Amino acid sequence: MRLKGMLTAVALTLLGTVAVNSAANAQEDPGPAAYQKALQGKRVVLVPMAMGFDLAQGWAAYLKREVEGWGGTFETRDPNWDTSAGAQAITDLISGSQKPDVLVVHSPDLNSYSKLLKKAQKDGIYVVLVDNPMNYPADAFVGSDWDRLGQLEAEAAVKGCGENSSKKIGLVQGDAANASSIYQYNGIMKVLEKHPDFKVVAKPFSNWDPTTSRNVTTTMLQQNPDICAIIDFWDGDATGASAAIHDAKLDGKVFLVTTGGGEMVDCKALEDGTFGAVVMTDLANQSRDMNAIIKFLLQSGQPAGTSKTYIYTLEKATTKADLKPSTCWDVKALQAGQY
Amino acid sequence: MNFLKNLSQERIVFALALAIFIACSITLGGFLQADNLIAIVRSVSVLGILAVGMGIVIIGRGIDLSAVAIMAMSVAWYLQMLQNGVSGGEALALTLAGVVAIGLINGFMVAYADVPAIFATLASGAFVYGFCRSQLIAQDATPVPAGNWINELGQIPSRIDQFAQIHLGEIPVEVFIFSGAAFLAFLFLRFTKWGRYVYLMGDNFLAARNMGIPVRPMTVLRYVISALIAFSAGILTASSLHSINVRVVNSTLLYDVILVVVIGGIGLSGGKGGMRNVVVGALLIGILQNAMTILDFSNVYQNLIKSTILLIAIIVDSLLNPRDEQTAQQGDI
Repeated sequence: MRLKGMLTAVALTLLGTVAVNSAANAQEDPGPAAYQKALQGKRVVLVPMAMGFDLAQGWAAYLKREVEGWGGTFETRDPNWDTSAGAQAITDLISGSQKPDVLVVHSPDLNSYSKLLKKAQKDGIYVVLVDNPMNYPADAFVGSDWDRLGQLEAEAAVKGCGENSSKKIGLVQGDAANASSIYQYNGIMKVLEKHPDFKVVAKPFSNWDPTTSRNVTTTMLQQNPDICAIIDFWDGDATGASAAIHDAKLDGKVFLVTTGGGEMVDCKALEDGTFGAVVMTDLANQSRDMNAIIKFLLQSGQPAGTSKTYIYTLEKATTKADLKPSTCWDVKALQAGQY
Repeated sequence: MNFLKNLSQERIVFALALAIFIACSITLGGFLQADNLIAIVRSVSVLGILAVGMGIVIIGRGIDLSAVAIMAMSVAWYLQMLQNGVSGGEALALTLAGVVAIGLINGFMVAYADVPAIFATLASGAFVYGFCRSQLIAQDATPVPAGNWINELGQIPSRIDQFAQIHLGEIPVEVFIFSGAAFLAFLFLRFTKWGRYVYLMGDNFLAARNMGIPVRPMTVLRYVISALIAFSAGILTASSLHSINVRVVNSTLLYDVILVVVIGGIGLSGGKGGMRNVVVGALLIGILQNAMTILDFSNVYQNLIKSTILLIAIIVDSLLNPRDEQTAQQGDI
């Protein structure tokens, strides 16, 4: 009897162990396998407006590390500010033998790429738009809400002028076709409507060129020497506006507001007073959002062209008082794998 | 009738510039202020310097489409070398060697390989841009390091002020350099043997060669001069913006340079015109751009107006200076 009892106990213990073991097996996390299956070998291609400026280099460095990290491949194409070269690059990509799975596109204007992107989605390629929105619903848009960004700029300019100033503001717009320029302008005007005593005295275009920005700003300051703030639509050409302010000996009297990629040059310009305020793109978080939406789309199983997601980057106008060592990023450090 | 006969394109453009100037002075407040006039000259000075080089090339019956690429890429390379820790002297020597080399290549292609100037320089400009952008320069915009001599250029007039007790501080250095370049080119073209050769070659290349003028070395020389002038225009751009942005290669700057030269009255068929034409052309463009900015015209309209004026200038030129037997034989570039 005793022996039988003992044998039963042993058998039960053994069974129990097996049962526990098999339960442990059943509890293994299914995530990594599914993640790997959905993402392994997927091809992501970034087509920016050009590769030679801070934002594109930042996105590319970040995405390359992430995409290769989850087992995909990452490539870039450089249209070098040429819309037709960009269109050609996209055409080659979607008609090539090895199609990308995700196209990340930085559009030069509201419409140019619409047809091509539609075709890409029809071929099963997810399209993620970055930075510049289009009149075309991609699978996702990641970037700035340019209207909100314009509002932030205008609020910074109003604050920079102060109550006892001339309340005259000058704008140096980008161009008349680019969404970032058009929506920025709308946002600025919305805020200025709430401050009816503030007036826009001139709003020339720079065509995103620092020399033009400098020339138009010089003329603007000639005509209105009592301007208290200038909003230049991009840090790339705001160097021209700042040179004009300096030439007119109005340093410290004209508050220069701009927007930019938040690379080290922006912080240096805030530090030495060249820029009064910069609405900086939080590049690391923006790139992280891109990576997240790419991973989501690839796992979602939904066909390309069926989702319309907008992910706006949180932004604020940074002034000298807000500067911290971590405020700006450094393109070289980012490419070297930091951040 | 005599007045009409003497109506060269230069005079028409000068009269047009004067008319626009008077109209702007009356209608636009602040236009006639000394500061605004200085700003006008300053805004066209880089354009004007490039036009000086282009003018010399065109008078000798050629064209240099690589000028803007040389201007931007040479200075960007120089600044990039400084950033990478190359010593200032070494970087400058290398850059100058590169600039002269491109001038030589342009000249050799045109003079010895008989490649039409328009294709030779179009290709070399694209090559310079592509090579430098892909191999030598990390970003579109390259800043001038703090304390570099390029940044100090702007201080020259006030230094002269302190030194010579002459009041020049209000005039930007760009204006001096543009007038200096135009004046030197004027002396070269009018008073040196080599300068006269440029006219002779532009007027009738074959006759010039038969006369014994060293036409091939002279052609090479013109492209080297043009490249060096382009480099100095780039230095000036960098000094005024504290950085150089190579995107300027994709802008309309090159066409604006040709516009200044042609509108001023230097015919594309070569052999005529001089530095006065460049100055007049640059002033017209400067006044126009200034007025259009004051009036808040958008870029589209600015380009439309500029191109309309260029078209009118070309048509008037061909009416006043009809093609003769000689130009018909040579053809245009």
